[in-house]
Parts: sequence; structure tokens; C-alpha cells
Amino acid sequence: MKEKKSYPGKLIAFEGLDGSGKSTQINLVQRWLAGQGCRVFHTAWESSEMVKEALRRGRKQQLFTPTTFSLLYATDFADRYEHQILPMLRGGFIVLCDRYIFTSFARDGVRGCDPGWLRELYGFAHMPDITFYLDLPLHIALDRVFRARQQLNYFEAGMDLGLSQDIQESYRLYQGRVFDQYMKMVNQFAFAMIDATRNIHDQQEQLREQIASRLDLTEYGERGSA
Amino acid sequence: MSPNRCFQNPPPDLDLSRLTGLLIVIEGPDSSGRSTHVNLLTKWLEQKGYSVVQTGLKRSMLVGPELDQAKKGNTLSPRTMSLFYATDFYDQMENTLVPALHSGAVALADRYIFTLMARDLVRGTEPSWLESLYSRALVADAVFYLKVPMQTLVGRTLHAHGRLDYWESGMDLGLSRDWFESFLRYQKRLNDEFMSLHKKYHFDIINANRSVNAIQKDLRARVEKLLTGFNLEAHSV
Repeated sequence: MKEKKSYPGKLIAFEGLDGSGKSTQINLVQRWLAGQGCRVFHTAWESSEMVKEALRRGRKQQLFTPTTFSLLYATDFADRYEHQILPMLRGGFIVLCDRYIFTSFARDGVRGCDPGWLRELYGFAHMPDITFYLDLPLHIALDRVFRARQQLNYFEAGMDLGLSQDIQESYRLYQGRVFDQYMKMVNQFAFAMIDATRNIHDQQEQLREQIASRLDLTEYGERGSA
Repeated sequence: MSPNRCFQNPPPDLDLSRLTGLLIVIEGPDSSGRSTHVNLLTKWLEQKGYSVVQTGLKRSMLVGPELDQAKKGNTLSPRTMSLFYATDFYDQMENTLVPALHSGAVALADRYIFTLMARDLVRGTEPSWLESLYSRALVADAVFYLKVPMQTLVGRTLHAHGRLDYWESGMDLGLSRDWFESFLRYQKRLNDEFMSLHKKYHFDIINANRSVNAIQKDLRARVEKLLTGFNLEAHSV
């Protein structure tokens, strides 16, 4: 079922901790690419209603295990991948992914899933043409999230891991582990590192520069050859 | 005899020590009589004083309802369905099978990973991907495969439901717009996949082209043998 042949589109993934500024940067990249006349599509790592319902039930009845947690997210991703991401790539779009499979590798890895198993599980998904990692020290990321008084949900705070009864403390410890998982992936998946401590404009310049140097934008125009 | 191991790495956080129960899998195509025999075996085992726990497809608390919903809509891709069923399988394995086996019960699985694999293989999923997906599954003490000739299967299906089912006819595969024709081709392909899985996983093939009584008698004799080893082990624990 996996498309073996190449597709005309390009897949650009953005990874990083909560609070690293991914959405802000992706929006600006999208704005820029659209302004260049490129066909561009933006998709986020969001759960479908179906999965939200299962997550709610699983949490209430304490049903989750690392394996089912991982598989449920993979199910949801497969649906989004085959209905959205892959058709867009085949249709010649530049697809910007706000989080991609590396997010699952990190989250499931924290829960004890074997990296080889995860890699195989998500083997149906193409590796991105570029994966940007918005690199921010853990304490700054945590600080941003807490200052924004963001509502932490149960799984985002890693409460299922039983690290702490206090949701803020659990989140802090969980993010630390997610961060460690990301760091292990930097070289393996050739993340393009973006220093997320710099100001928004500088980061955006750096992103645009890298994209322009690695993609021929003229191929993605509305009347492009794709 | 107890299934104390998985095909490869066991799932994280799952205690697989002291699984004193017995895991028996009944596999076979639709309308092969699986459920009838699972129920008859259950009654018989309970009469003999064994605690029995049943599992089957789409019965998980976690995603059972969503899976039913998804199946009705037929809008999900094969890959998504595949992962959905895998979630359902592992939820039952970890939350039902393993606790049952810990408590020393006999677990009867009405279909197991083999049905899930066969269905996906027919739909073109890579064998290596499926093998990895189900590598955390428990190895059963026995897998009884109810084998029925195609003609019997057609007759039974029509007799039982009075109509053909969309999924059982493999209509999503686009083999033929003619439901009957599609049903035949799909079931033939499924059978081929089951037989290739048999080569690898070595099922106990049961001739299910006999009366219910004859089949049940055969199954009981085989289960009886498993119980002999099982009792010896249970006493030594």
C-alpha cells in the first residue's frame, strides 16, 4: 500500500517541545510560500473526534497501556496521512506538518515502546524532505507554557505515567523525558536545528533561507509543472 | 504449556510471569462455525470446573464502539482499519487475556491475530509490517483452524444471513461489482492467506465439513489433551 514511487510534493515537518513556537513559525512560512504563489497545505497533529472519545473512555476506565496508547495515535495518524497528507503530496503541494511521526516516537518512547517497533509501525509514512526542530532549552519551554496559563490536559501532561499527582509537576517531568527522546533523534533523522531562543523574525529568516535553498519553489506554483 | 511468551518483545509494562492459564484460539473463515464451537467448548469446560474467558474481535472496551462505527461508514483506509483492529486486539490482550491467564482460567479466543493478518494481506499490506505489528501478541497453546470447503461456506453464509455482507464479500477491494462473484474471490484469497499463515504458524487444522457434534467431539478430544498438561502444571505451581 505504501507509495514506492516519488511524489511531486514536498513534506516539511516541524518538531519541538510545547511552547517552542512551532505554530507561529509555520503560519509565517505558510504565508510566505503562498505569497510566492506556491500550493501549500498546513496540517496539525490533532486528534479526530473518534480518537478523543476513545481517549476519554480509556482514561476514565484506566484502560490504557503503552501499546494501546501508541496504536490509537497511529490509527488516527494513518487516517490523516492517507486522506490528507499523501494526496496533497501526490497533488504537488508543499505540506507543512505541525508535528509529525517524531512526536509519536518521543511520546511513545517515554512510555517504554521499543524504538524499532515504533519505526516499523510508522513505516508506511514517508520521511519528510526537511524536518525542522525548534530547539529551546527545557526550562524556557516550560516557563512559556506555564506563563501562558495553558490548560494542561491529562495525556499532554503525561499523567498516565504516574510521575506525580500534581499536574504541573507531572508535565514538567514528562516534558523533560520528551526532550531527552527528541535529543536522541537529532542525528538519526537529520533534524535541521533552529535556535528557538532567537527572536521570531530571525528564526523565520533562517527557515525561509533553508527552504529556499533546498526546494525549487517555482515547481510548486499554481501553474507549475508538478 | 502456559503461554508465557510473545512472538517477539512483549508489550512494555505487562507482567507475563506466572501465566498459569491456557490460551486456545479458534480461527476460521466467516460462517465456519467458530462461535458455535467456542460456546459449546465454554459450556463443556465450565461443567468440568474450569473458569472460561472469551475474547473476540471488536470487543474491546477501549475502541470497540468506534470500530463498529468505522465499519459502518466504510470511509477509513485499509491501513487505518488495520491499526484500529490492532488497538482493539491489544486492548483485549492486555486487559482481558493476560489477567485471565494470570488467574489460571482457560481463555478461548474467537479469532486472533491470524484473521487480522489474513484480511490485511489480502488488501496488500506488507507481511513484514504486520509481523512487527503483532509481534507483541501472546503465543497460544493451540490454534484450531476450522476448514470448510468454499461451496459449504457459501451455502452457510446465505442460509445464516439471507444475504451477503459488504465486508465478508470484500466489496471494499473492488474485485467485482457482482457481490456473489466478489464474495467467492475474496473468500478464496482469504483462504490462501490463511494457508500461507498456517505454513508459518502451524495451526491444528480441523475438518469442519462435518456435523457440529462430530467437530465438537474432535475439538474436545484435542482440548482434553491440552488440559492434561495444564493440570500437571497447575498442580506443580
